[in-house]
Amino acid sequence: MPKMHVKLNVNNREVEGLAEPRTLLIHFLREQLGLTGPHIGCDTSHCGACTVDLNGKSVKSCTMFVAQANGAEITTIEGFVNADGSLHVLQEMFREHHGLQCGFCTPGMITRAYRLLQENPHPSEAEIRMGISGNLCRCTGYQNIVKAIRAAADRMSHAKEAAE
Amino acid sequence: MSAEIESTEARTQKLEGLGAKRKRVEDVRFTQGKGNYVDDLKFPGMVFGDFVRSPYGHARVKSINTEAALKLPGVKAVLTAADLKPLKLDFMPTLAGDVQAVLADDKVLFQGQEVALVVAEDRYIAADAVDLVEVEYEGLPAQVDPNRAMDADAPGLRDDLRGKTSGAHGPRKHDNHIFTWEVGDAEGTERALKQADVMAKELIVYQRVHPCPLETCGCVASMDKVNGHLTVWGTFQAPHAVRTVASLISGIPEHKIRIISPDIGGGFGNKVGVYPGYICSTVASIVLGVPVKWVEDRMENLQSTAFARDYHMTGEIGATKDGRITALRCNMIADHGAFDACADPTKYPAGFFSICTGSYDIPVAHVVVDGVYTNKAPGGVAYRCSFRVTEASYFIERMVDILARKLNVDPAEIRRKNLIRKEQFPYHSALGWEYDSGDYHTALDKVLKAVDYTGLREEQKRKREAFARAETRKLMGIGVSFFTEIVGAGPIKNCDILGLGMFDSCEIRVHPTGSAIARLGTISQGQGHATTFAQILASEIGIPAANITVEEGDTDTAPYGLGTYGSRSTPVAGAATAMAGRKIRAKAQMIAAYLLEVHDDDLEWDVDRFRVKGVPERQKTMTEIAFAAYNKVPPGMEPGLEAVSYYDPPNMTYPFGAYVCVVDIDVDTGVTDIRRFYALDDCGTRINPTIIEGQVHGGLTEALGIAMGQEMAYDELGNLKNASLLDYFLPTAVETPVWETDYTTTPSPHHPIGAKGVGESPNVGGVSAISNAVNDAFAHLGLTHTQMPHDHWRVWKTAERLNLTTV
Repeated sequence: MPKMHVKLNVNNREVEGLAEPRTLLIHFLREQLGLTGPHIGCDTSHCGACTVDLNGKSVKSCTMFVAQANGAEITTIEGFVNADGSLHVLQEMFREHHGLQCGFCTPGMITRAYRLLQENPHPSEAEIRMGISGNLCRCTGYQNIVKAIRAAADRMSHAKEAAE
Repeated sequence: MSAEIESTEARTQKLEGLGAKRKRVEDVRFTQGKGNYVDDLKFPGMVFGDFVRSPYGHARVKSINTEAALKLPGVKAVLTAADLKPLKLDFMPTLAGDVQAVLADDKVLFQGQEVALVVAEDRYIAADAVDLVEVEYEGLPAQVDPNRAMDADAPGLRDDLRGKTSGAHGPRKHDNHIFTWEVGDAEGTERALKQADVMAKELIVYQRVHPCPLETCGCVASMDKVNGHLTVWGTFQAPHAVRTVASLISGIPEHKIRIISPDIGGGFGNKVGVYPGYICSTVASIVLGVPVKWVEDRMENLQSTAFARDYHMTGEIGATKDGRITALRCNMIADHGAFDACADPTKYPAGFFSICTGSYDIPVAHVVVDGVYTNKAPGGVAYRCSFRVTEASYFIERMVDILARKLNVDPAEIRRKNLIRKEQFPYHSALGWEYDSGDYHTALDKVLKAVDYTGLREEQKRKREAFARAETRKLMGIGVSFFTEIVGAGPIKNCDILGLGMFDSCEIRVHPTGSAIARLGTISQGQGHATTFAQILASEIGIPAANITVEEGDTDTAPYGLGTYGSRSTPVAGAATAMAGRKIRAKAQMIAAYLLEVHDDDLEWDVDRFRVKGVPERQKTMTEIAFAAYNKVPPGMEPGLEAVSYYDPPNMTYPFGAYVCVVDIDVDTGVTDIRRFYALDDCGTRINPTIIEGQVHGGLTEALGIAMGQEMAYDELGNLKNASLLDYFLPTAVETPVWETDYTTTPSPHHPIGAKGVGESPNVGGVSAISNAVNDAFAHLGLTHTQMPHDHWRVWKTAERLNLTTV
């Protein structure tokens, strides 16, 4: 099958490559760019393990062709860690509050939580639960994930206030 | 002298040993997307396998034409049964003593069964080629209902077993019969049931469900033709057993096979089995000489790899008129699908179902299980449960509730009356188990008090009256469950799989600078072994958990063990860890005595060091001892500080718990809200309270899925109607309530640190509590029992049957 040229900005880095028109974004990220943080848990865009941030929106990268993402700005879980190598506050809070077990949903879950907090910096518990309802977790029962996201929201807004 | 020694508390805290809420070491990687799951692996020259699968539940395979597929550029090979036959790999042994077709030959026996493996340069080409393999089928009537499988006119499904009058577990009475398993006192039970003042009988169905971990099953097989070594990375819950099985069926010597379980994205029993994908990838790698990756998609996972439950249990329970249970009987049909691939210890074809007398002092009981073949996927694994304990617990907890209705006694009261009393432990159950320890009444009373049970029942009474007056359309249900698990399989004398005794192991090496590595025969799938096993060891050998690496899952480096399922890691490998630690400490004591020029007996252990009794300032820390182990050991002693323990547990452990669930049901929609769920677990000694709590949350959420929506629904042709996450219910954060957790601590008397295991308890107790609550909501209107799952439609149907709906 003929391949097409795609160019993306992934985790603040310009990348390009050749892909078939039918190549899914998740496969391009995982197999061509070696970004294996986002995972594949279903084929029907229900589980959210493949969630990435694309042009400021949470996107399930198993449901999009890389061709459709041409020119996009994408952040995957690999792009969250701070410049000094320390964990992003969401990563830290997931660890602090035991918001993960097997770790398979975690990259998608954190990526989704990040966008949720950009859209709603002070979500209620119900808003968090609704906000992550496109991301399935089989291990934690979500309770500690919700706790971690709340804690991260608090930290992030304190940091923002301090900066202002 | 050295600077002032830190206090005992400070040093204990620094160890982060038993009981510490230690943060998980795994999470630094996982939160950054740096886990290493099987589909993340990439090797030079690696190719991809993808299966051609049966669209039929039951059909003859008339022909397979691979020509067009092989012509597609990028396709490397297409394997069919014809290729496997000369290698004697067209069938493989199952863990239950049966055989399973690796690739279907004459017949397909379930939808999704593997028919051919296509191997291609990338997964897209492989998928294209799957479509190009032409298979001609002739459809056959499917046997879907297990209750009809042994009808006189039901045709035998398995050509290979036709006419065979005995199987791995004794005589067979029909071509679709797998085994009869009987335990208990048939005559005594019959007599007691006849003499009972009150008797209740009910058919309790625990529906077929799927563990559905978020990561599906898969592997990468790599045959190095130069040195003859086979390496298989895969989603294996029991890597060592897989190596032995691989050696036995392939003929490759065991020392030339290396099985590696990398990070596993949840297992819950689904990854215990040996699947055709593993065999076919291995064969393909041997043929092609390059690494072959095979990873299921979700539909394949739901259609073909291990399901759980599917027990159809007819229960009879007898009691005196004042509510003392006098006898219990269960006659059951177990649907095992097309091949018997249950993962139970050899002597227990129905697992530990005979724990079905539960937490109650029942004098006599009898169980008969008939396993049957149907046109469904094989499996029958312990989905977050110890070998059919979930089925047993659901059975007894429903039966006790049904009995309570009949006697018009409160469900909590009948439990209190029949629970095994503290002074009866160790308790010998009517069906042959020795319960190690328990304090059931304390646990039940604590929970009832915490939820204000009396207040809840009063509220329910008021609401029922209001409902009768048509002031509300909601019914309130209160579910009580009290469960006893039997986990930690198990003593070699009665537990083996394929002849391999179910011990487990730990090997410890202390480095000269006082840090250590521990390797175990188990494998974490999210349970946090790297964190908790280091904690056990920290308390045993006085080295901070942070300085102990825990490694599992590589058969070339880890000691042999039977793996992680059935809540056996803590009871068995955890015990091995403590025992190996004690060997380290014993040697350390001798070294310390030599360094301090005193007798061993003159020393006492103090958190992280030995001190001379009565002269506490004379001491050697573990760090000092570790270094001395490499340069200054007593004459005649071998240098180094290493130990290994293979632990054969003397008994199982018996975690227990008391749960209360409160639901509000809208009778017009069937929508059932879990208003409150209170879970008290007693898992003996608590290693890491944070991880325990997380396990309980997760297990309860899986219980919620099962009780409220999961069912693998087959139509009459054997089509699985809900083989995707669109239709197969996995709870999201929205449906999942806030779980309230609590605990009591009754250590196991025979476990080195008193721990019992917890991962599966919440699933075992949770399903019954939720189901009891739904049933309880309608109990005053005449409902005795309604089958799971209690999804909105079924709950609405129940309301409709009771003439409660307005429509």
